[in-house]
Amino acid sequence: MTAVVCTLAVLTPLFLIFGYLLLEGFSSLNVSFFTQLPKPVGEVGGGMANAIAGSLTLIGMACLLGLPIGVLAGLYLAEYGHGSFGWAVRFCADVLNGVPSIVIGIYAYTLVVLPMKSFSAYAGACALGVIMLPIVARTTEEMVKLVPNSLREAALGLGVPTWRTTIWVVLRTARGGIITGIMLAVARIAGETAPLLFTAFGNQFWQRGLGGPISSLPVQIYTYAISPFDDWHRQAWAGALVLLTLIFLTSLSVRLLTRGQFRAPR
Amino acid sequence: MANQLEQQSVDLRWSVPSTMLPRVWGPLNLGDRLFRTLTAVFALLLLAVLASILAVLIYESSSSMSAFGWRFLIDSTWDPVSKEFGALPLIYGTVVSSALALLQAVPLSIGTALFLSEMAPGWVRAPVSFLVELLATIPSVIYGLWGIFVLIPCMRNYVEPILSSTLGFLPLFQGPKYGVGMLTAAVILAIMVVPYVTSVSYEVFQAVPNAQREAALALGATKWEMVRMAVLPYGRTGLVGAVMLGLGRAIGETMAVTMVIGNRSEISLSLFAPGNTMASVIANEFSEATYDLYVQALVEVGLVLLLVTVVINALARLLVWSVAGPSAGARGV
Repeated sequence: MTAVVCTLAVLTPLFLIFGYLLLEGFSSLNVSFFTQLPKPVGEVGGGMANAIAGSLTLIGMACLLGLPIGVLAGLYLAEYGHGSFGWAVRFCADVLNGVPSIVIGIYAYTLVVLPMKSFSAYAGACALGVIMLPIVARTTEEMVKLVPNSLREAALGLGVPTWRTTIWVVLRTARGGIITGIMLAVARIAGETAPLLFTAFGNQFWQRGLGGPISSLPVQIYTYAISPFDDWHRQAWAGALVLLTLIFLTSLSVRLLTRGQFRAPR
Repeated sequence: MANQLEQQSVDLRWSVPSTMLPRVWGPLNLGDRLFRTLTAVFALLLLAVLASILAVLIYESSSSMSAFGWRFLIDSTWDPVSKEFGALPLIYGTVVSSALALLQAVPLSIGTALFLSEMAPGWVRAPVSFLVELLATIPSVIYGLWGIFVLIPCMRNYVEPILSSTLGFLPLFQGPKYGVGMLTAAVILAIMVVPYVTSVSYEVFQAVPNAQREAALALGATKWEMVRMAVLPYGRTGLVGAVMLGLGRAIGETMAVTMVIGNRSEISLSLFAPGNTMASVIANEFSEATYDLYVQALVEVGLVLLLVTVVINALARLLVWSVAGPSAGARGV
């Protein structure tokens, strides 16, 4: 009985948060929210079009950085990572997963912003890429491990070299799972604010090239939420609703697509 | 378990003892060697990224470290105006908010994990565990937004007056009720930490072999006695690991805490008082740090945060792996 109460207590904030988001944010969602730039302070209206576009840009660039390294590292862990080097890489991936995102923001600031002497989309993408790296690597490893050995042996038995087997048979079989891993990582970095605070910085206008400050949805929500203006609060709720809906939809599809694959045996 | 069985069974490439393999990495095929080297390089890159984060932070905070030395960790004045940087208020804020959050989150999480693994009927398990995982996917800034507009008024108008009228003799519950403060930050952190502790505890409980449960039941134990005798002791190490994972998350949580903790870098006994954590001070002050020593002091705070988090996460993973196998907690949770 206590356990049921615990479960209900745990799930209540989920419904409260989503409920308040719907309540406060839904009425502010209209076409202008998705197509207009933010209006100057004091003027009612405007939207978050630049923030949404900026978020998509940052996620795309982060994927360029994080996906190749993540998938190949995960492939190594699954195929050749049986020894101590593989254990060390796996361990580092898990530790990297737990590094606070603000620290990764400092890392990207030092590596990209300081030499470039400017906030930029490159710095934001570097931070987000580092965050998505361990997630992609570990889920790729898990998915490739799920490919049955009989497939590998069949290919090897036909004379296909090992590396060709890995790419054309194993990777192709695991590709659905790897894509869901990527979706998980994207859902995670879509909501990251802290590393973007001083790397991509934020912008009230359309970004001019990738070498300058760029706005993103979570940073815009943060800026509006801590401001003293009611209209901005209203828009923050709407932006939060958009962000959360996208993340929920991604998580739901990942869950539906991997149904049955991760069930731990009893 | 099925994973381990799979690996024990047929993998012909590794059935030859490694001493009999040729010295050069097994296959003499050029394509295989190149592919293996390529993937190994990228795996090494993963290691290198972690090492470089540490190196970069140490390098960037070097002049602050030489200016303050060990006093940085024990000075209780964080005053950028007079150029005095002592991280004790931040460490205090981090420790208090995380400890309080865990105090609230751990019983709830273990209760939920027990419900999911022992008591829930099959059709309830999947949706409920999915809902708990959804909690983990909510971005921190949305927790903060909800915290500012919903939780803070609730704390200011209902919870804190009740606490101060009933427990006000304790110095913990004295002082003006701003709504923002350590207590609110702890509540939000608890909500954010619950899904991590729950899902890892759930995996740990799943890893307890059925034979243990059946043995307890065969001896005549009730369900609760079975849990207490067979499940909890077996998974004890893993549970400690799960709690430490939650601790690691709570310590590094930035946005939600920044938005509700009040951002005052001072130590105060009262839980109603505003404070600051290591993560929240970086988030607030980094882009407004006007001189080099300020930035370096903030990076040094980040370094302390990184070291603490890495140690806690490493210990936690080791503990969880010892019970539930190296694939536990792989899904980014």
